[in-house]
Amino acid sequence: MEAHPLIAGRRTREGFRDRLGYAATLLSVAVILVAVAAIYLFVFSRGLATFFVNHVNVLDFLFGTEWRPTLTESEGGPKFGVLPFIVGSFIVTFFSALIAGPIGIGAAIFMTEIAPSWGRKLMQPVIEILVGIPSVVYGFTGLTLIVPFLREHAGGLGFGLLAGILVLAVMILPTVTSISVDALSAVPPEIKAGSYALGATRWQTIWRILMRASAPGFVTAVIFGMARAFGEALAVQMVIGNGKNMPTSLLEPASTITTVITMNMGNTVAGSVENNVLWSLALLLLLMSTVFIFAVRWVGRRGRLMSR
Amino acid sequence: MTDSLTSAPPRPVWVVDRWSETRALEEAEDRAVSQPAAEGAVAIETRSLNVYYGDVHAIKDVSLKFYRHEITALIGPSGCGKSTYLRSLNRMNDTIPTARTTGQILLDGVDVGRPDVDVWALRKRVGMVWQRPNPFNKSIYENVAFAPRFHGVRKKKDLDEIVERSLRAAALWDEVKDRLHESALGLSGGQQQRLVIARALAVEPEILLLDEPASSLDPVSTAKIEELLFELKKRYTIIIVTHNMQQAARISDRTAFFLNGELIEYADTKTIFTRPSRKETEDYVSGRFG
Ligand SMILES: Nc1ncnc2c1ncn2[C@@H]1O[C@H](COP(=O)(O)OP(=O)(O)OP(=O)(O)O)[C@@H](O)[C@H]1O
Ligand SMILES: [Mg+2]
Repeated sequence: MEAHPLIAGRRTREGFRDRLGYAATLLSVAVILVAVAAIYLFVFSRGLATFFVNHVNVLDFLFGTEWRPTLTESEGGPKFGVLPFIVGSFIVTFFSALIAGPIGIGAAIFMTEIAPSWGRKLMQPVIEILVGIPSVVYGFTGLTLIVPFLREHAGGLGFGLLAGILVLAVMILPTVTSISVDALSAVPPEIKAGSYALGATRWQTIWRILMRASAPGFVTAVIFGMARAFGEALAVQMVIGNGKNMPTSLLEPASTITTVITMNMGNTVAGSVENNVLWSLALLLLLMSTVFIFAVRWVGRRGRLMSR
Repeated sequence: MTDSLTSAPPRPVWVVDRWSETRALEEAEDRAVSQPAAEGAVAIETRSLNVYYGDVHAIKDVSLKFYRHEITALIGPSGCGKSTYLRSLNRMNDTIPTARTTGQILLDGVDVGRPDVDVWALRKRVGMVWQRPNPFNKSIYENVAFAPRFHGVRKKKDLDEIVERSLRAAALWDEVKDRLHESALGLSGGQQQRLVIARALAVEPEILLLDEPASSLDPVSTAKIEELLFELKKRYTIIIVTHNMQQAARISDRTAFFLNGELIEYADTKTIFTRPSRKETEDYVSGRFG
């Protein structure tokens, strides 16, 4: 009796390929998971050592305003208050997003709605270039252009929070713009047509229909921009002045969590309390970036619920 | 009336009172409508209308008159240009970059195809509904109040009134009156389509263009829409594209048959379906092609 064509044939070879493909993709996933787990484990263990091994008080760490790691014990030190850096990080993140948000969304509207043909053709490569520029170039440009400009026109040294904010604003602009463009492009054309057919002008359609429909996307865009600003070290470090005190104005030199880590990492010995404190800062960054990711997911889910 | 379209910038003024005015007129018209619509007033008309998409000649020299308080059906095989023709009547083709239109579109004797015409005022007078319901991602109330708001109605009381009236006119009020502030996207497909009709009625158009409004709906919803159109024609002029021959036969007063961008035949619906004068029409309505 002949074997049925559905049962005979290259079953085993296909089956082998199937399993091979499965194994290969599974391996890729495993590598990623292991890497993420390793980072979390490592940062957590080192970061928490500050408090459990070196017995630095968590509250003194988080809310202390004095950063004097080299102060001897007889002088009452060392002091590891990182509040000024936390504040610095939040200030540069918030204000750079405040600047880049509206500009990025405005540019996105221009590219998708006002001049979709040439606007997009011109802006798409510009944005891709902006994304691709290494952060050291942003920092260097800021150092050469923004810092002297601020020194002349705003007073002070020029180095400070404001310089950091401006550099970061330019840096996160392409992120905000491109995600906003995606959000606007995702609005179904028939919704736009519905608005035009009711006699709405282009601006009325943009303001009352598109902006609203894209709002969750805009929020996501700004959060991604903030995540990038919060985590950026090099460019900020070059222009922020790296002051250790609690900032009292935007023109004063200050530091952020990331700049403190990069500035001090090379000068400490692994395992020492000075080194562990930097890991604690890294832990803070990790937690914050986790918060950003969850915020994005939450907004995404809310957005989907709203538009169902 | 004629001037309101040609003087471009000043936004159309919302006339809240028009409704009660029309109500009075309506009764007179009801009597008129019950008689066979011989040669009523022309609501909108095209003369030698041509539409091109780039090099594609989608509408070829179509001259057609649509009469007030009638339902006119546009039929023809897929791709023959029905949607294109319909979209040219309220200049929605303007939103398609490649589209180019020549010829005349006469509304109240004014050529609304002219470039200096206020297309926003035109679209307020010529409403449109598509095949797939496209409610905005807003509440039911806000969907209907959307256009009146930017046409100048500010007072909540007036808006409430317009919303209720439009929803009633679209035979949706009873189903949604307790959930006006819930998302429109929670409605069923048939309800959404009636909401979109209500939204179009809220600006009190004179003409309603419907592009296969029932083809994505179940039979019950379709029946409701048809009933609704029958009701609406007392007050509006309705032009409907449909692929459903029975539907065209059931609800329309006149039927226009399109083929390859040309108008093949235009006559009383009864004539079109029982003794068409062109062979192509007969083939199509009897289901021999298309
Ligand atoms: N936006 C557009 N750009 C280019 N060509 C178009 C566009 N819209 C329609 N066409 C072309 O114009 C012709 C008529 O299309 P139209 O959509 O008006 O047909 P239709 O009769 O409505 O078809 P259907 O019954 O399938 O909806 C077709 O050849 C189509 O390919
Ligand atoms: Mg069509």
